[in-house]
Amino acid sequence: MTKVFGSFVANDHIDLTVEPGEIHALLGENGAGKSTMMNVLYGLYDADGGEILIDDEPVKFSGPGDAVAAGIGMVHQHFMLVPVFTVAESVALGYEPTKNLGLIDLAEARKKVTEISSRFNFNIDPDALIEDLPVGAQQRVEIIKALSRDAKILILDEPTAVLTPQETDELISIMRQLKEQGTSIVFITHKLREVRAIADSITVIRRGRIVGEASPDSTEAELASQMVGRAVSLTTEKDDADPGDATFQVRNLTVVDKAENIVVDDVSFDVRRGEILAIAGVQGNGQTELAETIIGLTEPRLGTISLDGKNLVGESVKDRLGAGIGFVPEDRSTDGIIAEFAIRENMILDVYDRAPYAKGLNLKSSVITEEAKKKVEEFDIRLGSVVDPIATLSGGNQQKVVLSRELGRQLRLFIASQPTRGLDVGSIEFVHKRVIAERDSGTPCIIVSTELDEVYGLADRIAVMYSGRIVGIVGADTSREALGLMMAGVPAEEALAATASEAPAAATDAAEPTTTSANHAAGANENSATTSAEETK
Amino acid sequence: MTAQTVEATPAAQSKSLTPIAWKFPIVYTILGLVSLIFFGIIGREGETTFRIATSGDFFAIPEIVVPAQAAGLVLSIILVAMAAVSIYLAVNRRSIGSWFPMLFGIVFVVSFLAWAGGGSGGVIPLTTLLAGALALSVPLIFGAMCGLVGERSGIINIAIEGQLLAGAFLAAVVASVVKNPYAGLLAAPIAGALVAVVLTFFAVKYWVNQIIIGVVLNVLVVGLTSFLYSTVLTENPELWNARQKLPNLPIPLLSDIPILGRVLFDQNILVYIMYVVVIALQIFVFRSKWGLRMRAVGEHPKAADTVGIKVNFTRVRNTLMAGAIAGLGGAFFTVGSGLAFGKEMSAGQGYIALAAMILGKWNPKGALLAALLFGFSKSLGNTLQSIGTPVANELLLMLPYIVTVFAVAGFVGRVRPPAAEGVPYVK
Repeated sequence: MTKVFGSFVANDHIDLTVEPGEIHALLGENGAGKSTMMNVLYGLYDADGGEILIDDEPVKFSGPGDAVAAGIGMVHQHFMLVPVFTVAESVALGYEPTKNLGLIDLAEARKKVTEISSRFNFNIDPDALIEDLPVGAQQRVEIIKALSRDAKILILDEPTAVLTPQETDELISIMRQLKEQGTSIVFITHKLREVRAIADSITVIRRGRIVGEASPDSTEAELASQMVGRAVSLTTEKDDADPGDATFQVRNLTVVDKAENIVVDDVSFDVRRGEILAIAGVQGNGQTELAETIIGLTEPRLGTISLDGKNLVGESVKDRLGAGIGFVPEDRSTDGIIAEFAIRENMILDVYDRAPYAKGLNLKSSVITEEAKKKVEEFDIRLGSVVDPIATLSGGNQQKVVLSRELGRQLRLFIASQPTRGLDVGSIEFVHKRVIAERDSGTPCIIVSTELDEVYGLADRIAVMYSGRIVGIVGADTSREALGLMMAGVPAEEALAATASEAPAAATDAAEPTTTSANHAAGANENSATTSAEETK
Repeated sequence: MTAQTVEATPAAQSKSLTPIAWKFPIVYTILGLVSLIFFGIIGREGETTFRIATSGDFFAIPEIVVPAQAAGLVLSIILVAMAAVSIYLAVNRRSIGSWFPMLFGIVFVVSFLAWAGGGSGGVIPLTTLLAGALALSVPLIFGAMCGLVGERSGIINIAIEGQLLAGAFLAAVVASVVKNPYAGLLAAPIAGALVAVVLTFFAVKYWVNQIIIGVVLNVLVVGLTSFLYSTVLTENPELWNARQKLPNLPIPLLSDIPILGRVLFDQNILVYIMYVVVIALQIFVFRSKWGLRMRAVGEHPKAADTVGIKVNFTRVRNTLMAGAIAGLGGAFFTVGSGLAFGKEMSAGQGYIALAAMILGKWNPKGALLAALLFGFSKSLGNTLQSIGTPVANELLLMLPYIVTVFAVAGFVGRVRPPAAEGVPYVK
C-alpha cells in the first residue's frame, strides 16, 4: 500500500497481514506514517497504490461507510464523538434505528448500548452526555460504537495517549476480552511498554516503510532502536539536584474559566533554585491553565504567584518575561512560533524590542542573523537558512528554536508545557538534556507533562494534578502505580500506602519529601496545611 | 494572603468564587424605578381604555377602562417588588425560571401602555397590537428557522435577507402573472433555494468565507430585484406586479376564542405553514435521523464522516431546504400581506431573523419566542405612533432595534453555536 501527500511519501509500499483473533501492534515514532496507513485502511484517505484484502477477497473502500460494512472499526486518536450528543445518540449516529417518519427509536438505541456495555462491564449510561464523560469512558463509547456495527477488525489509534496508567490497564484487559471473542485488533502506538504487555505480533514502521517484525519478547531497548533506526538511551542521565532557596512560590492559586468552572483549585507549591518540579496528570486537569496563569495569559481569581519575593499577579506578560520567566507553551504550532515568520525572527519574539536586537524603531538585521546563527550552532538545529520561514522545519527543530529563544536569556524561572510532544526520540533526548542543563545552572524549572516517562526522566519532585487541585507533591522515586492512583485523584498518602506493600522502599523514600513540603507550606501559611489535611480525609 | 481566604473552607471558597449575577436585578430595578417615577408618580391624568374585543367575537368582552396614574402606580409597585425578589434571589445565588423576565416584561409593557394611553384619552387596541405583532413576526420566524437549519448543519447563512427579498420578489411576480396568489406561494421557496445554491456552491466547493458570501449575496439580490423592479416591473405593473393576496382561512371554533383566536387562527395559509414548520423542526431537529445527522455534521463533521455520513452533501441539502423556508417567509411581504413588490422591502428583517436565531439559542422554540418579541416591539412602536403618545416617533421606531441589540449583546446568557459552523469540511 502506498500513500503520497504531494512529494511526501507517507506510506511506501507497506505490507501488513493481520490474523483473526490476534492483537497486532504497529509501532513507530510520531510521523512515521502509522495513522496515515490506518486512515487509508478505514477509507478516510484513498490509497495511491496497493490493495486491501479481507479473507483473501480484494475490497475497495470509497469511504468509511464501506470499511464499516466490511467489518473494520476504528477508534481514532482524537475521538470521533459529538460532545453535545448522548451516548446512545453517538452510537446510533449513521446507523440509526428509526420508527415512523424517520424519528429515532431511542429505546432501541439505548438497548444496544446497555447490551454491549454490560457484556464487557463498561458501565456506561446511555443517556449521559459525551462531554460530561471522562476520556476513558469516551473511549469505551468509541469501542461500543465499533462493536455495535459488528466490527471484526478493530483499529485502535494511540488509544493510551489520553489515559491514566490505571485506565490503560483497564483498556488492555478490554482488548484481551475482545481478542477472546475473536476480534482482531490493530494497536497503533509508540509506547514500548504497552506493546510488550499485549501484542501477539509487532510490526515496526519508520519513515513510511516497514523496517521489520519484532517478537513481543524483545526488550524495550531493542524495540526502540528498531523504531528509531539507531541505538538510543531511554533514560536521561542526570545528577541529583542540589536545590537552593525556594524563589518561586505559588499560594492558594485559583483560576476559573469563562464558564465559571474552577480549573485551578487552591493550588500552592514552591520551586527551589536548581530543581525540576514536574507537574504530572492526565490532560485537562488544570495543568495548562496553571502554566498560562503563571506566565500571565490568564488572571487568577484568588491567590499569589511570587518570583524572587515579588508578586506577579496583575503584572503584564511582558513584565513577567522581564522578571526572567522562560515559557515553552503546550501547543507549539499555535502559541510557540509564528509559522510564516523567519527562523531568526521566531528566535527574538520576546526580546525583539531590546538591545542588541533593536535600536529605536529599527530592528538590527545583522545582529539578529548573527545571534540566530550562534543559537543554531548551540542547539544543533537542522535548517537551510535562518531567514527561511519556520514552517519549513520539522517539529523537533521547531521546538529547538522555541527552546533556544526561551533559554537564550538569563532566566529566573523556566516553565515548559509538554516540551517533547510530537518529537522524535532523538529530539526528546536533546530537549531533556537542555532542561537539565538549565536546572544545573540554578534555574527553578517547572515541567508540565502528561507522559510519565518524561516526568520520571526529568523530575526532582513530582506534583500530581487532578481536577484542578494538586493531589500531592512526591519524590521522583515514587512508583508508577502510586502516581497512577494520584492521577485518578487518590491523595498522596493513600496512594503511597496502597502501593507500599509492593514497593516498600520506594514509598518510604517518597514519604519524606511529601512531609517536608507539607511542613514548608504550613510554615508559609496555615490554610494550605488545613486544606491538604482535609484532602487526606 | 488575605484574611478572607484563610478562614474560608474549600467548599465555601468555591461558592464565593461564583460572582453574584447582578445583571438582571439591576435591569429590573432600573425598569421598576423608571415605571414608578414616570408612569406612577409623575404619571398622567386621564383614563386609558384597553380594547380587547373586536366585532364578531364569540362573546363580547367589555372595554377595560383604568385611570392611567393609579394603574401605573399599582403596576410599578408590582415591578419594584419583583425587582426586590430578584435581588434577594441573586444574593443567595439562586436562579429564577424564564417565566420571571417574561412576566416582568408583560407587566412593564402594560404599565407603559396605561401611561401612553392616558392623557390623550387614547384607546389601546390590544387585539390589533397582537395581530400586528404576529404579522411582523412571520418573516422573522421563517428567516430564523432558515438560519437555524443552515447553522445546525454547519453553514452560516447571512444571506437570509437576500432570500427573503428574492422570495418576496418571485412570489409577487409569479402571482401577478398567473393571477393566483397560491402560485406565488409555490414560487417563493424556489427563489430562496436559488440564493442558497449560490451560497453553498462557494462555501462548500470553494471554501470561501461564508459570512462574506452571505453579505455579497444580499447586495446581489437587492441589486438584481431593484433593477428588475425599475426596468421590468414598473413598465407594466398590471402584468408583472399586480397585488395578489392570500385569502384568510379562519379555522372554525378556534378563531372564535376571544383575543388570541382572532390573532392566531384567522390567518392565511402561509401563517399556518409557519406553525407547521416550527413545530416540525422542533421535533425533527432533535429526535429524527435527519436531525441527528444534521447536528453531527454541524458539530463534528469528521465524526460524521467516519460513520459514513456524506458531510458536504448533507450540508448542501439542508441549506437548500433552509433557503426554501426563507423564501416562503419572503412571500409574506407580498402575497401574504396583499402588497405589490417594492424595492428593498425586506428592510433588514433577515438580519433581525439571524438575531432571533441567536437569542433563541439555535432552538426552533427559542427562535420563535425571540422573533415574536421583536415583532411585538415593532408592533408596539406602530400602535403607539398611531394613537399619539408623548414619546417621539423616532424613538418608538427604534424600539425593535434597541430590543435586538440588548437581547443579542448580553441577555442571552451562555450560548453555544454549533461547533463547526462556518468551517468548510476539507478531507
